[in-house]
Amino acid sequence: MGIQGKSLIAPDDFTVEEIQTVISTAKEMMEVGPDAYRGLCADKILATLFYEPSTRTRLSFESAMLRMGGSVLGFGDANTSSVAKGESIADTVRVISHYADIAVMRHHKEGAPKLAAQYATIPVINGGDGGHQHPTQTLTDLLTVEICKGKLDEQVVAICGDLKFGRTVHSLIKTLTRLSIKKLILISPEELALPSYLRRELEQKGANMEEYTCLDEVIEVVDVLYMTRIQRERFFNEADYQRLKDTYILDARKLERAKQDMIIMHPLPRNNEIAYEVDDDPRAKYFEQAKCGVYARMALMSLQLGVL
Amino acid sequence: MRGVCPDGFDVFAVRGAIMMMQVTSISEGIVLDHITSGNGLKIFSKLNLAGLDHPVVLLMNVPSQRLGRKDIIKIQNIKDIDLAMIGLVDPSTTVNVISGGKIISKHKVGIPEVVRGLFKCSNPRCVTNSDTYAEPCFRLVDAESREYACEYCEETTRYRF
Ligand SMILES: [Zn+2]
Repeated sequence: MGIQGKSLIAPDDFTVEEIQTVISTAKEMMEVGPDAYRGLCADKILATLFYEPSTRTRLSFESAMLRMGGSVLGFGDANTSSVAKGESIADTVRVISHYADIAVMRHHKEGAPKLAAQYATIPVINGGDGGHQHPTQTLTDLLTVEICKGKLDEQVVAICGDLKFGRTVHSLIKTLTRLSIKKLILISPEELALPSYLRRELEQKGANMEEYTCLDEVIEVVDVLYMTRIQRERFFNEADYQRLKDTYILDARKLERAKQDMIIMHPLPRNNEIAYEVDDDPRAKYFEQAKCGVYARMALMSLQLGVL
Repeated sequence: MRGVCPDGFDVFAVRGAIMMMQVTSISEGIVLDHITSGNGLKIFSKLNLAGLDHPVVLLMNVPSQRLGRKDIIKIQNIKDIDLAMIGLVDPSTTVNVISGGKIISKHKVGIPEVVRGLFKCSNPRCVTNSDTYAEPCFRLVDAESREYACEYCEETTRYRF
């Protein structure tokens, strides 16, 4: 098994087969229910190294480890830790490697978890490094599609919003094309379109991909609609923001033309990309996604620890 | 016009006159040739050649058939040199390795594919800019524009001397 002992810093660190193993394991755990895994990590300790607060991600990891009977130690923000005294990441993880069996790190500096993995003797998981990578979010997203829609290669996946700046969205796009989905549809204002280097990379790999600037144009063919945050500060001026933001807000009216079995996803927290009225629509799966997150992390950690 | 005399003298034709210039014996060492005129001093300082314990010669504005004018650097006794840094400053540089008074290898350095520790990542949020353990390491993504992707944060940095 290739995953045992391996760190996960970016989705590219795992082969397609390894990603599929995590997803199928998570799916099985979800179907069987958490009770069956209560003793799986009974003698294991997870270190949560959160140099910047992220309650959602930290609780998801802690829940996953506790549900498998393991223990958790760590810190939730850098001010309360030895980090505040200026200890380097390399020193911290070399010490933590003796305290825990696996670690998850969140850091505002991009590349910090990679540095940690170079010095740690236990597997390190990237729990988000600045605007760079968030691989367990990608695993969560893939699991959600698998649970709510079934096989990935039968899905037309549309990703809507800011496709220029979000590296986590870039990772999701790259991973989706690696796993060969039926079709990828990218919807964004021209100002926030996919960076050209990434478009080139996807084209070279022969990705089946279409680009649109308007959600209304294409919503009726979509199986999985992935909404992302559009941030005000990404725009050059307020006028552009005001002009464009409504185009990328999903509401009940836009949903009228969507397939009855389409699913709506969002990494959360949302700004205003999804109107609250959509929450009651059975197609809204973004809270289901949060549930999938715990199982994706359970599967990942148990495979990295080699306890399955 | 340039010739090498057996007694270790290089001969250059400068403004019609034959000028003889004694350079250190390069029976063992490295000759960096075809350096674009003006880049010799940059390579000299970037490689900190003044700090070597061996004789080093920097020749500037040497007449060249190919380049019009070129710079040359001769380093005695040293055969191991940071080719990545030379490639960054001037990829057209030719490296001649001299042994027993003969050129035993000769190649153009080219633009380096991997660069370690020679420049900083342009991303202010990158861990390499705040943690001494993280040595900036880059992979070439575009030779034309000399853009390098950071191994840690994946942002691209355009190398400018
Ligand atoms: Zn960087």
